[in-house]
Amino acid sequence: MTMIAESLAGLVFIPLGMPLLVLLLPGRARGYLCFAAVLALPLCLLPLTQEVWSGNEITLALAEFHPPLGIVWYLDGLALIMLWLTAIVAVPVSLHALTSFPPNEESGRGFWPLWMMLLAGINALFLSADLFNLYVTLEMITLAGVAMIGIGGKALALKAAMRYLLLGLLASVLYLLAVGLIYGQTGALDIYLVGERLETGHLASTALVLMMTGLLVKSAIFPMHVWLPAAHGNAPGPVSAILSGLVVKVSLYMLIRIWFWIAGDWELPAAATALGLLGAGAILYGSVAALVQPRLKMVIAYSTVAQLGYVMILFPLASVGAFRAASYQLLAHGLAKAAMFLAAANILKSLGTDRLIALTDLDRKMPVDLFAFTLAAVSIMGLPPSGGFLAKWLLLEAAWKQDAWGWLVLVSVGSLLSAAYLFRVIALTCFHPGRRHGPTRWQPPPSSATNAALILALLAIAAGFTSAPVLDLIDASLPPGGIWP
Amino acid sequence: MMEWLPLAMVMVSLIAGVAIFLLGEQRQLARTLLNLGAALVKLALVAFISMLVIVDQAPEFRLALLPGLDLVLRADALSLLFTTLSAVLWLITTVYAIAYLERSENRARFFGFFSICVASTMGIAMAGNLFTFFIFYELLTLATWPLVAHSGTRAAILGARSYLRYTLTGSAVFLVGLIWLYGLAGSRDFIVGGGLDEIGIDEHVELRIIFVFLVIGMGVKAALVPMHSWLPKAMVAPAPVSALLHAVAVVKAGAFGLVRLVEDVYGPELVAELGMGHLLAVAAAFTIIYGSVMALRQTDIKRRLAFSTVSQVSYITLGIAVGGVMATTGGMVHLVHQGLMKITLFFCAGIFAAVLGVKHIDQLEGLGRRMPWTALSFTVAGLGMIGLPPMAGFVSKYHLGAGAVAVGAWWVIPVLIASTLLNAAYFLPLIKRMWMDPEPDQWPHPVTLSRLETGGLVVPTVLTAAISVLVGLFAAHPLSPLSWVLGIVTEYFP
Repeated sequence: MTMIAESLAGLVFIPLGMPLLVLLLPGRARGYLCFAAVLALPLCLLPLTQEVWSGNEITLALAEFHPPLGIVWYLDGLALIMLWLTAIVAVPVSLHALTSFPPNEESGRGFWPLWMMLLAGINALFLSADLFNLYVTLEMITLAGVAMIGIGGKALALKAAMRYLLLGLLASVLYLLAVGLIYGQTGALDIYLVGERLETGHLASTALVLMMTGLLVKSAIFPMHVWLPAAHGNAPGPVSAILSGLVVKVSLYMLIRIWFWIAGDWELPAAATALGLLGAGAILYGSVAALVQPRLKMVIAYSTVAQLGYVMILFPLASVGAFRAASYQLLAHGLAKAAMFLAAANILKSLGTDRLIALTDLDRKMPVDLFAFTLAAVSIMGLPPSGGFLAKWLLLEAAWKQDAWGWLVLVSVGSLLSAAYLFRVIALTCFHPGRRHGPTRWQPPPSSATNAALILALLAIAAGFTSAPVLDLIDASLPPGGIWP
Repeated sequence: MMEWLPLAMVMVSLIAGVAIFLLGEQRQLARTLLNLGAALVKLALVAFISMLVIVDQAPEFRLALLPGLDLVLRADALSLLFTTLSAVLWLITTVYAIAYLERSENRARFFGFFSICVASTMGIAMAGNLFTFFIFYELLTLATWPLVAHSGTRAAILGARSYLRYTLTGSAVFLVGLIWLYGLAGSRDFIVGGGLDEIGIDEHVELRIIFVFLVIGMGVKAALVPMHSWLPKAMVAPAPVSALLHAVAVVKAGAFGLVRLVEDVYGPELVAELGMGHLLAVAAAFTIIYGSVMALRQTDIKRRLAFSTVSQVSYITLGIAVGGVMATTGGMVHLVHQGLMKITLFFCAGIFAAVLGVKHIDQLEGLGRRMPWTALSFTVAGLGMIGLPPMAGFVSKYHLGAGAVAVGAWWVIPVLIASTLLNAAYFLPLIKRMWMDPEPDQWPHPVTLSRLETGGLVVPTVLTAAISVLVGLFAAHPLSPLSWVLGIVTEYFP
């Protein structure tokens, strides 16, 4: 058991300690130390996985204080999957950052401590089962994220970061207000206790609405997505990958947790449908917007808006199948989208621009980066064999089982739209009648940066073959009530 | 050990494809050796697996992708029919393509996707259930799209875009049908005669809708009217691609899928009971006539051949839709016969265009004297398509007609007669122009060489033409495609 406690602590405190530790070190060593910290995360996860695998859920009361007063860390299958996603995405992203944010330069001095803080925040959030703790960790993530967008100091990025910050703060206020209301009624913050004690009524509904609204803003679910494309499309290098691959997933995860673990057995079909419709709006609007963007990173950013919409279909379907589908979508999208943004970062850095018209002979200049982008695109489009395909299959199957033809058609149309905007990019890069628009002077990216994108893209494809362990974990951590078989 | 063989069949071309990409543009000799080596290894594998199937030890590879949902690759008599055809024609087309693309740009990309395309075709042929079939069917779309767009001209890009629109929409419909079918009946492997009989009569309406969905999904690639119009536009692809697309890969994959759907998923009896056989037969008959009429109106050689494919591939669909031993045999054997004849025709069209710049049917005049071997191959394959006895096309049409009469579908006879007349109307003038008309003063491409027919292009063409004649002449031989198909079909209609 001690091993478990240490691993749990390691997940949070190893990255958390880094920002302090690196201040004591000279420039170059900082990056490698932080990289070593990231490599330690999967190691910390191994004993935890074994424990959860054998059917146990892990709870750890910090400093032996138990709820309602103390803080409890809690780990089930769903949280474990998200922790693995974080660890797996973090390694190639850090590999990329070693060259894109050199630790001994100005940008690197900003990036590495923030990245470590962000990682600590994400890991702590996935371990928390306490409404206030979730708030604190989410704030940590948002603030670190905002700061990271501004690292390059580009005007566009700073403006986007400001908008993200303001909307993020508004969302936090809403969330905190709801936490206050809930604490006032139940005297508890622990999700399980709140779930038992909170009674339906005006107060509970108000709290739920406030909380969900705040989280929808943070997750950039249509029509609250307005901050996302500019922020993700203008963030420097691997920061876009971190934001799109991990950060938006975090608030989406909280959305799922709160809805199903606190309000799981309330009868809220209309609200659930409304959430699903927001998802539908996200899929349609995000895809169409991606189709007309003139810049590569903006296409990818709008694609994130669209892809998050699929997860929202979980709310109206609310079945085991949909739960599997949504979790798998979070996982597959995290891998594929991080790969795409890393490839795009390489392209932008090498060519000096990511305007689509400048990419017309990319297949000759940067074949491997283009290959990574294309593999990731296969997963995003939901074409087999890939993680995205399995997620789409599970979602279609779940919709079919409940005769939810509307959602089924939506998912099919959505995947066609994603094919439209991604093939638009790919066609442009290798088949364009006037192939001489691109800049004539360009620098190939460092091979480690290219490999980082390629590794993530290959993982997105590999996710199409390794569903069984993931689905087992999801099946073992279904919400306590209110879910269809 | 044996269970890896079906996977190896797919992986040989897939690995060859990836390796070709890694070799890069310049290493031409290594690429050629890799191409030919992989094609030969594949032929050896096909031969070995055939022997295993004959002694009843068919290998099977199984991998669970989702709980209860397996990726299954296995060999049976029907899949071997298709894999043999693809493996043989891949080798021949590779030789042709190496000669055809000599000194052109982007050859690594071309041969890379070419190999992946063949890998997908192998997967489609060896798929042991509809789910596996779907996976490789999608992969085929991805692998052929860059081949269609290969030249990078505006027409090529538009053709490729239209190809993607049709196939991806088709596969979205396919996927819905597949999910629905699996929801209703559970995931199941292909079984001779189908395994859906135990589903109650209450679900028959749903089964009909699913059937239509799946037919749409496969019909897009099989170019069933009205889902055919991508095919003539995809003609902008280089000649070896068109040849492969029409003979073994895309169009044939759709037709092969329809065969699997009717024979191994629903089973001929259930299809007839649901009334879907008639529907499919009428759609196929309409496509046959429509394709021929449209072919007659084209003046571009490749476009005429493309519409001819629209029409000819539907013979396969017609045969299995009409049902009964004879008609099913006629349909299935046309899978092979049409492939051999059509690949010859496209090889010839490619040679005409590449060497003399001849693309239009008016320009064919006097070509027979200038390029006798190519013209002869074209003539042989064209006459085969028309169905002149004792050519391969006649064997198919005879079985189709006799089978239709045997099950009382008399209406098929006028369709066949009309189609034959139309085939004659659009092939004979071409043949006449080549042999009877005088040579023009100047060809579209000015040429100074005295000998125009080079080995790499003409040998594969003459070879496929010869095989197409032989399979017709020796149709009664125990090793002919016809005997093979008869063996398969007797399993379905004991």
